[in-house]
Amino acid sequence: MNESSPAPDPRQPESQRTAPGRRVDTPVRASAYVCEAVSCLSTQSHDILIGLGERITDAGITDISVKRVGCLGLCAAGPLVRIPETGELFRHVRPDDLDGIVNTLSTVAPGADRATNEPFFASQVRIATENFGRVDPENVADYVERSGYEGLRTVITQKTPAEVREEITRSGLRGRGGAGYPTGLKWNTVAKADGSPKYVICNADEGDPGAFMDRSILESDPHRVLEGMAIAAYAVGASFGYVYCRGEYPLVVSRVRKAIRDAVRAGYIGTSIMDTEFSFEVDVRLGAGAYVCGEETALIASIEGGRGTPTPRPPYPAVAGLWDRPTLINNVETFANIAPIIRNGGDWFASIGTATSKGTKVFAIAGRVVNTGIVEVPMGTTLREIVYDIGGGIVDGRAFKAVQTGGPAGGCVPAQFLDMPVDYESLTGVGSFMGSGGMIVMDETSCMVNVARFFMDFMREESCGKCVPCRVGTTELWMMLDSIASGRAVMGDLDRMERLAAMVGRTSLCGLGQGAPNPIFSTLRYFRDEYVAHIQDRVCPVGACAIEEQAVLA
Amino acid sequence: MPVRTAKPEPPTEDKRWRIVETRMRRLGNRRDALIEALHSAQEAFGYLDDDALRYVGDSLGVPPSTVFGVATFYHYFHLKPQGEHTCVVCTGTACYINGATEILATLQAGLGLEPHETTADGKISLLTGRCFGSCSLAPAAIVDGQVKDRVDARDLLAQLGRL
Repeated sequence: MNESSPAPDPRQPESQRTAPGRRVDTPVRASAYVCEAVSCLSTQSHDILIGLGERITDAGITDISVKRVGCLGLCAAGPLVRIPETGELFRHVRPDDLDGIVNTLSTVAPGADRATNEPFFASQVRIATENFGRVDPENVADYVERSGYEGLRTVITQKTPAEVREEITRSGLRGRGGAGYPTGLKWNTVAKADGSPKYVICNADEGDPGAFMDRSILESDPHRVLEGMAIAAYAVGASFGYVYCRGEYPLVVSRVRKAIRDAVRAGYIGTSIMDTEFSFEVDVRLGAGAYVCGEETALIASIEGGRGTPTPRPPYPAVAGLWDRPTLINNVETFANIAPIIRNGGDWFASIGTATSKGTKVFAIAGRVVNTGIVEVPMGTTLREIVYDIGGGIVDGRAFKAVQTGGPAGGCVPAQFLDMPVDYESLTGVGSFMGSGGMIVMDETSCMVNVARFFMDFMREESCGKCVPCRVGTTELWMMLDSIASGRAVMGDLDRMERLAAMVGRTSLCGLGQGAPNPIFSTLRYFRDEYVAHIQDRVCPVGACAIEEQAVLA
Repeated sequence: MPVRTAKPEPPTEDKRWRIVETRMRRLGNRRDALIEALHSAQEAFGYLDDDALRYVGDSLGVPPSTVFGVATFYHYFHLKPQGEHTCVVCTGTACYINGATEILATLQAGLGLEPHETTADGKISLLTGRCFGSCSLAPAAIVDGQVKDRVDARDLLAQLGRL
């Protein structure tokens, strides 16, 4: 659907580009940035982009540009249009609103990009998402204008691979896919591993339901991720990379493929990059709908063309990964942080965040919260700030019940921890998990037994079936949760379930099975009374579960 | 395994096989091109029938058991033809919290289908999906490739009835 909007001529500086399909030589006085990430596109933002361009042309205005940009963040209010010169944000834009926007644009004085003065934006710190809503994701020249590929140029012309790894280590960056493994350490392991060629893989198999940070990053700023991959390849001595992308994200796939083509044409990816000896090629591999493929050994099996079943580690992929060669696997958001670290230095990055969790984290907030969308905040921001100040609180003014983090292997954090700073350790401490950054806010209408059953249903379907504890255990646990939710269980079942859950967690082969019991543990820990009510009183306190009328008590 | 002497012929004269063939050739006809080739075949034909599986396997030197194993491992691949129209209801977490279960129940009752079934006239297939990342506009569904956000079950059912 984007094909119909002609790409701006990359040879022309942005300041001279204007409405789609039309160029003028006068300098641009004001501009309208129209969000074309999936969320706004599904609310017809492309029609808004075309409509705005036509109206400006019809009105004979020559100094106003209209630009496609990536995610503007506040997905709940799409389609979104932003005037960067004033910071003004137009929400829920309909075709009737276009004349008003054109009128506003006509009165705007030229100026630099100004922050939008709303609570949703005010407390955010943007590093991985700094180009969101500013850069045209399908235009490499626009990215280059915003210091794009400068980081890559710096490292391959001025730094040794060891210096690059040292900078990343100093930054304290930890893997943003969930586990939080120190990125610098991983890069060093791959660099020191014997074997060639080495590979760099970008894990864009964002499988956690309720998480869409990686989708947004790749839709909004794909070159940033490619640049991070290229820097990583230089640092670890790799010359080939893959972006392993979910098949469910067609717009991501097309934008990443276009970004690779454009970067190759512009000489940022390929052989002898920027006339150095460094060469790096990238290709896209499509996932095909298997949650387990987010696990790194399963992901490798999938790139090799097989079923995505994990293998025991060690050996770790850093030593023997793709085709048994040393392989660096990092998440999309991790790669998106690399260029700014190179540009501003590791110490700068390490000055943001908490003692053990440096920098910022991108969260996708969804569920029963007003401002659903993409946010980036320093590590250590409290849940209350994220849910209330940025998220705007709970829909319909209902009571907050829990926020679910870490996907199906994560946990539910109850209201008593709202003032807890969010970082890797604190989330683990309360029985949850940072995960990739999906935050699902739940209000009083959510039954926690039902929620635990939902996640176990997901896990039993997604279990690859290779190891018994996970294959059988997730199904057994789901049946136990189902009997509790339906009022068929007895109190002894609760203990049996806890024992089985602990066994599945301890003995499963990979992170899927090991993490599968977490929703049970965290809901039992904080909402045990709801389980007891289902079993003893045979009622669902929230009224979400269908209790069987003729339940036979064993 | 017999030594392959000649390039396998596409199952039919259909021009779409050229797309699949080209995709495999560009990836060097290597075994690791299997998933990409299956994607390509499904994109061209809508689903993967036995002929498609055999042709892709023969071309890449992958045994039929492995091809079938891969094609059935991944949720994305369909081995049966889909209806003229498809409706995928998202059952990811955000959609679930916002009522996806009720939407699915309404569609199941209204269409007389279980998930992953097609109406008798071949018109509509009802599918479920695990999160397409449209969580901010939950509950979501995809009708013929178009994302529908903040779905109302009755509206969606009525819309499907008009297709």
